[in-house]
Amino acid sequence: MSKRKKGFRFAIRGRHFTLGFPFLWLTLFFALPFAIVLKISFSTAAIAIPPYEPTFTYGDQLLNIALNLGNYLLLLDDALYYTAYLGSLKMAVVATIGCLLLGYPMAYAIARAPAKMQTVLLLLIMLPSWTSFLIRVYAWMGLLADTGLINNVLMWLGVISEPLKIMNTDIAVYIGLIYAYLPFMVLPLYANLVKMDMSLLEAAADLGSRSINTFWKITLPLSKGGVIAGSMLVFIPSVGEFVIPELLGGPDSLMIGKVLWQEFFNNRDWPVASALAIVMLGLLIIPITLFHHYQSRDLEKEA
Amino acid sequence: MKKLSFSTVMLWLGLIFLYAPMFILIFYSFNASKLVTVWGGFSAKWYMELFKDQQILDAVWTSLEIAFLSASMAVVLGTMAAFVMTRFRRSWAKLSLSNMITAPLVMPEVITGLSLLLLFVHMADMIGWPAERGRLTIWLAHSTFCAAYVAVVVSSRLRELDMSIEEAAMDLGATPFKTFFLITVPMIAPALTAGWLLSFSLSLDDLVIASFASGPGATTLPMVVFSSVRLGVSPKINALATLIIMAVSLMAFLSWYFARRAEKKAKAAME
Repeated sequence: MSKRKKGFRFAIRGRHFTLGFPFLWLTLFFALPFAIVLKISFSTAAIAIPPYEPTFTYGDQLLNIALNLGNYLLLLDDALYYTAYLGSLKMAVVATIGCLLLGYPMAYAIARAPAKMQTVLLLLIMLPSWTSFLIRVYAWMGLLADTGLINNVLMWLGVISEPLKIMNTDIAVYIGLIYAYLPFMVLPLYANLVKMDMSLLEAAADLGSRSINTFWKITLPLSKGGVIAGSMLVFIPSVGEFVIPELLGGPDSLMIGKVLWQEFFNNRDWPVASALAIVMLGLLIIPITLFHHYQSRDLEKEA
Repeated sequence: MKKLSFSTVMLWLGLIFLYAPMFILIFYSFNASKLVTVWGGFSAKWYMELFKDQQILDAVWTSLEIAFLSASMAVVLGTMAAFVMTRFRRSWAKLSLSNMITAPLVMPEVITGLSLLLLFVHMADMIGWPAERGRLTIWLAHSTFCAAYVAVVVSSRLRELDMSIEEAAMDLGATPFKTFFLITVPMIAPALTAGWLLSFSLSLDDLVIASFASGPGATTLPMVVFSSVRLGVSPKINALATLIIMAVSLMAFLSWYFARRAEKKAKAAME
């Protein structure tokens, strides 16, 4: 009897610990940091360690709260920042469309392949996404350079007489983004397409629908969830991407992740970097919620 | 013979697009010429030079150490969170935990990195800990974001699991603690392994979050590679990249293999 009771008490403590430990960890290392970013975004940069002035000061029984809106006004004022935001959004949209155009047929082909082939093909898609991101972006540096492999081959074939300027342009960034994020588009699309009820397509074919018509009227609408999940998985990280524009892009390919990095590491202006992060988060909150919505709906369906 | 469909052609083109750059990189790492784009004969000399570079060797060791410790912590955190998500009753704490654990999956890395750095600076200011940014702070940062991936992998496995076995153990008088370690853990072991390996390779690979979270105290391998790559393509980095691709592919393959074996076992058990 007493042993059971002890076990019961332990169970209560165990339950609390199981919930409490990750809860506290994430509150401390995930939620709290965002509050701090918000706070710093309202402070003033200073030449000090750390390089900003405190937002809250207490002296003479007076709690002073100094909220500096200047960082946000600067973002509106300086063309550099909103060009960078627009540039990021443009790059991310183009990369998402590119991934969709290439990834949809790939996912479709995998979903229609024999079951044994499917697992192998999926592994082939997944493997690059687990291999070093930095290295995969680096691989394109050698290919796209003025004296790189692509230009050398094209010149040798006589297609072009002088090297194409691809490296350090927006095109290189697009190639890098599509290359890096393609697997994230294919996997959710595949998961959606493979579950599709084939009898619907057969019914359409029996009733005389042409395959292109069937695709537009049935396959594509039914795969909406997969298209949204895949697009968000490409779009969201692309907006904040730093490595790809830094390595493949030129001085004109402004993206917000790169500007934030420069503000932080090169200019040591932490308040402006924080304000940039807060605005970026504001822009991404809609796609993130959209993604969560479809994700949780999928999970509920399975359960 | 079946007609080659448009989607099949696109699939093969897509796979070539994904793999060609890496194979070309591996091929050129054996180039004897210092000029990266001109083929000067087969040689493994860049690999020899790589093993003489003390800075790179130190960074490899630092990265491996951080990845090992981060993956282990991430498995503990992620499994606990997954257990809460699948086995606990609905409550505000559960809801906010499941929101917090999956959020890092879709958060841009620059934001996660910046927010963690500001936290560490604040903590050092207020309570004097962590006194110096380095391995410890990278470990904290990596454990947090890798836990998200572990939670996804483990919770999907826990959801499939037959609850009646756990219930039977508890009916027979086993404490929840004992049930978890004697019944649940062995059944989800492949998912734990897969989660650990995935976290290990994610941590090994991360540049952005580590750059923010680190101080002068620690330089990880991606940080060394990045600062060298910024200056352009070099044959030594090609050799290093080849080794990294090989190692990470092996890890990824192992993690996929364990996850698949678990799936097969589960299917066999159900039949």
